[in-house]
Order: sequence, then C-alpha cells, then structure tokens
Amino acid sequence: MASVTMTVNGKSVTADVDPRTLLAQFVREHLRLTGTHVGCDTSQCGACVVHVDGKAVKACTMLAVQADGCEVLTIEGLADGAELHPMQAAFREHHGLQCGYCTPGMIMTAVDMVNRLGSDLDEATIRHELEGNICRCTGYHNIVRAVETGAKAMTGASARQAAE
Amino acid sequence: MHAFEYHRPSNVRQAAALLQKNEDAKIVAGGHTLLPTMKQRLAAPSALVDLGALSELRGIEKKGRAVVIGAMATHSDVATSDVVAEAIPGLAKLAELIGDPAVRHRGTIGGSIANNDPAADYPAACLGLGATIITNKRKIPAEEFFTGMFDTALEEGEIITKVSFPIPAKAAYAKFRNPASRYALAGVFVSKRGSDIRVAVTGAGSDGVFRWGEAEEALAKRFAPKSLDGMSPPAKGMNTDIHADAEYRAHLVGVMARRAVAAATGR
Ligand SMILES: Cc1cc2nc3c(=O)[nH]c(=O)nc-3n(C[C@H](O)[C@H](O)[C@H](O)COP(=O)(O)OP(=O)(O)OC[C@H]3O[C@@H](n4cnc5c(N)ncnc54)[C@H](O)[C@@H]3O)c2cc1C
Ligand code: FES
Ligand code: FES
Repeated sequence: MASVTMTVNGKSVTADVDPRTLLAQFVREHLRLTGTHVGCDTSQCGACVVHVDGKAVKACTMLAVQADGCEVLTIEGLADGAELHPMQAAFREHHGLQCGYCTPGMIMTAVDMVNRLGSDLDEATIRHELEGNICRCTGYHNIVRAVETGAKAMTGASARQAAE
Repeated sequence: MHAFEYHRPSNVRQAAALLQKNEDAKIVAGGHTLLPTMKQRLAAPSALVDLGALSELRGIEKKGRAVVIGAMATHSDVATSDVVAEAIPGLAKLAELIGDPAVRHRGTIGGSIANNDPAADYPAACLGLGATIITNKRKIPAEEFFTGMFDTALEEGEIITKVSFPIPAKAAYAKFRNPASRYALAGVFVSKRGSDIRVAVTGAGSDGVFRWGEAEEALAKRFAPKSLDGMSPPAKGMNTDIHADAEYRAHLVGVMARRAVAAATGR
C-alpha cells in the first residue's frame, strides 16, 4: 500500500491505496465521485478527463500515486452549488449530449481548452482540440456549438466575477 | 495490471540507486506508453521509479548554439515554450502534433525517446537535427542512440536526463497522421545547418527511424522542395500493416519530405 494525499475539488483527501490504483478508479471508487467515466481504459476516448494542477489529463492513464500533492478537479467540482458552470449550461442549451457518457470528459476538455486558448475559439480549433474525446451519439456538431457558446460565457462569467 | 512497488525519488542519484537495487524495476515518466502496456500485462515491472518529482529534469533552455530540453518536459511544455518557438519552431510544431491535448500534458520527451516507437515523432527530430541524448552516465549522439524499433543504446537502469538539439538555420517537420491513433504513418524531419543537411523519417521504416540519404544528397545541391521532385525511398524496407502498405508509405515519405522542405524554406 502507498499513502496518497491530494486536493480534490477543493477538499484535501488522504488514503492508503494499492499503487496500481488508477486516478480514475480512485476518484470513482474511493471518493465515490462517479461523474468521471471510464469509456475505453486505453487512453483513447477522453471520458475520464479530469484536471490535475490545472491541466486536462486522462485519469485512466495516470496512477493515483502520481497525483500525490496535486490539485485535482473533476466534473463534480465545476458547478457552483445548484448553478451550473457556464460550459455545463452551454452543453444543456445546445443539446451537446445524448446518452451523456462522454459529457464529463468533453466538458473538462472544453474548460481546459478555454483556459489555454482563451474564449474566442473557431470551429476548426474546437474540432482539433477535441481529438482525444470520442462521442458515439451526437455526431459532434452540437458539442462544437456548445463549446463555442460555453467559451464565450466563461469570459462573461469571469468578467462579472472580477467586477463584483 | 500486476502488482508493483512504487517509488518517487527526489533526485537523479536516488532514482539511479533505486533502479540498481530493484532488478525488474522500470522508470515511469508520463506513463502514456508504460501504463497501457502494463494494463495489457505486456510489461510487469516489480517496481516503478517515478521521475515525476524531479523538477530538475523539466527545464528548457538555450545553451550556446543548442536548445537543451529536460527529459521530463512534457509535449505541451515543448509545444508552448518560447525558447523552442524562437530557436527551432519546427520542433515546437512537432510536439504540438503528438496525440491530443491530454496526452501532451502527460507524455514526456524522455519517455518518447527511450521507448523509440517506430511511429513516434521525437526520434525523427533527434536524428533530423543531430541531437545528443544526455544520460546520467554519458552523452549519446542520436545516430548511435536509436538502434532499431523499440530498441535504444540505453543500458539497464540508465536515465535520460536531457536532450540537446543544435539550432539549425532551417528545419521543419511534416507528418501524415494515422487518423485513429494520431501516430505518424509517415513523418519527415528536415534540417539545414551549414553544410549539414538531414532528412529523418519516422513511421514508415520497418526498422524504425532512419535517415534518407538520397534525399539529403539532392537537397545538398539546392535546399528546395523541387530538388525532391518525383523522389521517394524504395518500398523495400518500408513497413506494411493494416493502415498502409509499403508502396503507399514510400510514396508518403516523398510527399512529406517535400512538404517539410517547403515549410522550412517558407515556400
Ligand atoms: C492516445 C495516445 C496517442 C499518442 N500519440 C502519439 C503520437 O502521435 N506521436 C508520438 O510520438 N507519441 C504518441 N503517443 C505516445 C506518447 O507521446 C507517450 O507519452 C510517449 O511515447 C512516452 O512518454 P511517457 O513520458 O509517457 O513515457 P512512459 O510511458 O512513462 O515510459 C515509456 C518508456 O520509457 C522509459 N523511460 C521514460 N522516461 C525515461 C528516462 N528519462 N530515461 C530512461 N528511460 C525512460 C520507461 O521506463 C518506459 O519503458 C501517444 C500516446 C497515447 C496514449
Ligand atoms: S477511459 Fe480514459 S481515455 Fe477512455
Ligand atoms: S453523448 Fe453518448 S457518447 Fe457522447
């Protein structure tokens, strides 16, 4: 067993884990944060994307022990109480999901995209940036629309926050 | 995945000692090749020595006429580095073309080079720029480092610490991506530094990365895409798999080489 301590969605957690435990498994099974999905378990589909120290990573391809000392953000940490994060709201508004399996990973990837590239994202950039996220339902069209809108709303929201 | 012990040393010397002590131990860097391999039980190390805490291996700096990149620099570190963008923009571009954003946040240059996947991108940059691979024991020229697919000159327990890339006058990379895996179906790195002209090919050769001598000779006369008109390497020696046969790969190498020279010369 190995001891691991990390901050998940703002709360510090410490646990003893088998070193084999994947970060995806850790958040789902130990912390019961089941919003992070495991679609392929082979680093292809992106359903498991979470942020580690502010960067999108595939949690099925990282050991929990490798996140020791890190800040982890999962889909559960995005909303502000009952109020959806602007990117979540945009996915709802634009029907960016059908079965919803890929959605947490899509949204975490989209938020990372805005963090890195800003809010003025054209369609080609969004499609290129979503290469590591697979959706078997939607045909991507509405996801791309959602990301475009969510990105704009995110700067709106942070501008409002700064003004407050 | 089989069980293993986990170690997280805080400097290179500690890491080397751990590797020496545990015979079947393996280094883990970004884990984006090793962990999938362990999940498939194709690798079952007794211990993992994680280089993740070695911030000394993460730096990117210009040193004289070279860019020196720490082994633990991620693909995204290299793709977004101002130092790399200014000195060797073709190298930043190559890093940007690896996998997807999440893969680039974890995968490292050291891991990619140590693994020497025949379809990986960095081996082409190392050979195509005449890089030197620096380990905790010695300095190895790229020519001697890549010794066949998934094979390198690294000894048991040897740790890559840095890679030094001489700054070229011109350089660029062109890649035809496998649309599913995004690895190179054929990738060509070209560079010109004085009279040293290099054309390195990845993804296509059946024995991993190689230099395409005929193209280098043609470019020595004139470093322009036109010099390579109609040229492609012999299909013999190219890889055939479900994605592309040898003839097609040979053809792609010619096309990618011309595109790379065009990008390098701004044409
Ligand atoms: C979905 C996906 C898409 C990808 N697409 C591409 C692509 O388009 N192009 C491409 O080139 N690659 C691609 N990769 C591979 C990716 O770049 C890997 O990150 C890389 O090949 C290995 O780097 P790593 O840091 O993850 O190494 P690890 O998986 O941690 O290690 C790989 C091997 O190298 C050894 N090693 C690691 N670091 C060192 C060191 N410093 N010294 C000595 N030995 C060391 C390890 O022991 C292990 O044997 C992709 C991977 C995935 C999962
Ligand atoms: S479950 Fe991690 S990428 Fe598919
Ligand atoms: S909504 Fe079903 S997989 Fe994307």
